[in-house]
Amino acid sequence: MPKKQGASRRSFLAGSATGLSSAWLVSQWPAILAAQEHAQKVARSSKPGKLGFFSAEQAAEVESVAAQIVPTDDTPGAREAGCLYFIDSALTTFDVKKQSVYTQGLKVLQAKTAELFPSGGKFSALTPAQQIQVLKAIEKTPFFTQVRVHTITGLLANPEYGGNQGKVGWNLIGFEGKFNYAPPFGYYDGESNKLTAKRG
Amino acid sequence: MTKFSPNTQVDFVVVGSGVSGGIMAKELTAAGFQVVILEQGDYLREKDFEYDQLKRTSHSSLLSDEANPVTFRQTDQEKATLSNGFRYGRCVGGGTVHYSGSSWRHHESDFHERSLLGPVSGTGFDDWPVTYAELEPYYTKVEWEIGYSGLGGASPFESPRSKPYPLPPMPNKSSGVLMERAAKKLGYHAVPVPVAMLSQAYRGRSACIHCGYCSGFGCKVGAKSSALVSVIPIVERSNKCELRPNSFVREISVDSAGRVTGAVYFDANRKEVFQKAKAVIVCGNGLGSPRLLLMSKSSRFPDGLANSNGVVGKYFLPGCGVSAHGMMDHELNEYKSVTTTRAIEDFYNSDPKRGYYGGGRIDARGNSTPIGFALGGMSPDTPTWGAEYKKALRNDFDRYLTMQGFLTCLPLETNNVTLDPDVKDAWGLPAIRVTYKDHPDDMKNKAFFRERALELIEAAGAVKKWADPVSEERAMGHTMGGCRMGNDPKTSVVDKFHRAHDVPNLYVVDGSSFVTSARNHPTCTISALAYRAADNIIKNAKNGSIKSPTGA
Repeated sequence: MPKKQGASRRSFLAGSATGLSSAWLVSQWPAILAAQEHAQKVARSSKPGKLGFFSAEQAAEVESVAAQIVPTDDTPGAREAGCLYFIDSALTTFDVKKQSVYTQGLKVLQAKTAELFPSGGKFSALTPAQQIQVLKAIEKTPFFTQVRVHTITGLLANPEYGGNQGKVGWNLIGFEGKFNYAPPFGYYDGESNKLTAKRG
Repeated sequence: MTKFSPNTQVDFVVVGSGVSGGIMAKELTAAGFQVVILEQGDYLREKDFEYDQLKRTSHSSLLSDEANPVTFRQTDQEKATLSNGFRYGRCVGGGTVHYSGSSWRHHESDFHERSLLGPVSGTGFDDWPVTYAELEPYYTKVEWEIGYSGLGGASPFESPRSKPYPLPPMPNKSSGVLMERAAKKLGYHAVPVPVAMLSQAYRGRSACIHCGYCSGFGCKVGAKSSALVSVIPIVERSNKCELRPNSFVREISVDSAGRVTGAVYFDANRKEVFQKAKAVIVCGNGLGSPRLLLMSKSSRFPDGLANSNGVVGKYFLPGCGVSAHGMMDHELNEYKSVTTTRAIEDFYNSDPKRGYYGGGRIDARGNSTPIGFALGGMSPDTPTWGAEYKKALRNDFDRYLTMQGFLTCLPLETNNVTLDPDVKDAWGLPAIRVTYKDHPDDMKNKAFFRERALELIEAAGAVKKWADPVSEERAMGHTMGGCRMGNDPKTSVVDKFHRAHDVPNLYVVDGSSFVTSARNHPTCTISALAYRAADNIIKNAKNGSIKSPTGA
């Protein structure tokens, strides 16, 4: 796990962010608001999945990386959540300054892919095991770190941002996302209530 | 809505609309005085608040942001660098809009610990000029007027109270049940956490719906008893107050006699405005208040207003914390309802047997937001991506238990708020520079509480437990000290009623008045001090002993 843990616990105390990278923290509110409005518009439009930043070719590569960060197994992963669309939307709204991380990073990805699998072609064309091997080799790069933060954030942010489509991210982790609950909230307070009731 | 011309000499300008500014304005207008509140941030309402974790992390609508930079260094030998760790509530209602609502009274001992324990050499450890007994009626007023839920007398360590809480405690959560279980096993006392939150409908406001969006968010139903929904609406109805949001005070002005004449601020269009007033009350929190005094330089006060003794900004107290974590067999679902419902106070007092000064409180909680958990809140042995990472995401989110310690930090002259000589904010004003390094006793106390927190996690029945190593504070939201109160004008900034020793018509009322950190839960005491200060200011204003400029 990255060294960020200690700092994030501290900021939890401060009542601010738990664990988002500081680079992410500095995004401006109006820009994020704009992104949300944009995402809502995309969600409403008849052509979801339209890309504003990536070419189709780049999109396939980025989506393949995201799909290794949160893979699809018997439950949906980053691909089904639409994390690609979250990233694409972020890069044209509140995270414009991260565009170069992607354009440069995709070159690094391509180079590492060619180095490890000379006859393999594109990253997205590799087998899952080969993809993991490439990503392990670039795990510490700013590109991978950024795709990881974006993918996970997109998976679990409000669906209007373009990721977490159909709330698959929230369903995956067991976050109900109802915004209105009544006790019992969890297993242990439920048990405790039952015991109290039994004792009368 | 009431309007005043800047040229009208109003009775009071209040700088800041957080809980202390809100209470001051409420009390002063009720007594018939004219008040102008100048608030840096926006005026947001319930409809503006969102269930949006992505925005929570930056939401400059509630907190200071890049436009209000803070720099940090540990000692004056270092060059301070930009820090994300010190932010303050920056909207109408201040920090009470986004805080978790945990709101404890100080204990009797907090006000005279130095007399009880003796001095701690090399520190500014001191008694407060106020006693618990003097403050008790105001604590009660806070709980009833602002709207608190809790269970008076539940803690065997609680100091005497004259009245119960107006509302019963919040329903217990799984973390609270586990705290009770652990405390029982270890011989401690788990007690309900008092919260500035409505467990039932109260005074026209609706009860909490347990949405879980407390810490870091504005409450969408007005159940969190922020200044925004408790005192500000009363101020607005008084017809005696003009609340000006987006008004950033850069200087408090004085005349040649050294009396405050009003405040200079930038309005929403960054136009400079001078508001005349008979007296000024600064309620800008532990960062903002010392900064404003330091920026208010004049020939009379070349080192900053009310700073003839050089104490302004010193003895800054960001509060200390430590935590331990564990994984339970079953789900806690801590993302629902308030942040925490049970705590222990068994190690509240400093115990000389431990060989250092320090104490604290530990509360139980868990994961509140999915994004925070998934990016940086998972157990240290969890892979950061891939199939195993996903498995942990799926299985662990709702099973984490955290024991969070809220601890003392010693007041040191070398820990302070100053003006950064290089970095400027978006208004061209010098940035806040925080210099802070933990006292060795603070570090020992953290190590002690880290062990207690791990014991509690184990006793709760966790299948796995871990804790970050003890570390020095480099970030904190509970800003206290900086304009400390005291009876001695040589060693404090304001007197026991928050009047500046140097300036007869200037008051500073907020967390900056704190002499010690207590156990790092400042809001209830800030609020009680504000009610008490207001009583005294009203008395003095009525008998003419607040000497305002030009004999007015």
